[in-house]
Amino acid sequence: MHLVLFFIFAAVCVAGAINLLAQRHPISSALSLIVVMGSLAVIYLLLGAEFVAALQVIVYAGAVMVLFVFVIMLLNAGEEERIARGSRVATMLGVPALIIGLSIGIWAVSRVTGLDKIGIGGPTVMNGNAAFGNALAVGHLLFSQFLLPFEVTSILILIAIMGAVVLARREE
Amino acid sequence: MVPLSYYLILSGFLFACGVTGFLIKRNIITIFLSIELMLNGVNLSFVAFAAQLKSLDGHIFVFFVMVVAAAEAAVGLAIIIAVFRTRETLNVDRVNLLKL
Repeated sequence: MHLVLFFIFAAVCVAGAINLLAQRHPISSALSLIVVMGSLAVIYLLLGAEFVAALQVIVYAGAVMVLFVFVIMLLNAGEEERIARGSRVATMLGVPALIIGLSIGIWAVSRVTGLDKIGIGGPTVMNGNAAFGNALAVGHLLFSQFLLPFEVTSILILIAIMGAVVLARREE
Repeated sequence: MVPLSYYLILSGFLFACGVTGFLIKRNIITIFLSIELMLNGVNLSFVAFAAQLKSLDGHIFVFFVMVVAAAEAAVGLAIIIAVFRTRETLNVDRVNLLKL
């Protein structure tokens, strides 16, 4: 069951990532990135990471992508213009070669190190420890052991807000 | 049971797609989207290893990556708006001078 769900959503994920590269209009790329993020949220749930899955949908697919789509529409970004430079053969062969090469590389490394023998996300995580990765468990860790980094991120967010306001302000 | 390597291969594939988009795309917004795709690929391997090692530290890392990505998106998009205002273009090939 886990394997079937994984393959379905991994296929959606891969299709979205390839579509992001194939589309020429930024809004199509942004929407296919939302598809990738949504299916990644399901894969996180398969791994028992409930809190991260909820964050993925709310923060990434929600807030960040709304910001992107908003800016694309604000700037009225049209289709990417093609400036012919470099050979098209290099793009046609190099892009799939890069993607497939890295995937095969990871597969080979995991074969050599024996990672592919290890199965995860199955019933052991789900039934053995039902509280693994929910908001309570992550929150406990975040507010005890990682309290200082958590507080530092709030300063980071504050600086980011001020930076965004200053940068996007129209100069007098 | 799904082998750990399947998650890592998917993660590597997403990261490679992000790198490819970063290299071949000319629109500054699409380049930014490719960076987000790379971050998502890394997040997947963090969560996969967290499940593998039965440790929540990976989830904490993903939380911080998401916070930094959100801050980066806000500042980056503000920079894109400022660039578009002065250059009237989103093509990175045309944005080749630091000062007009």
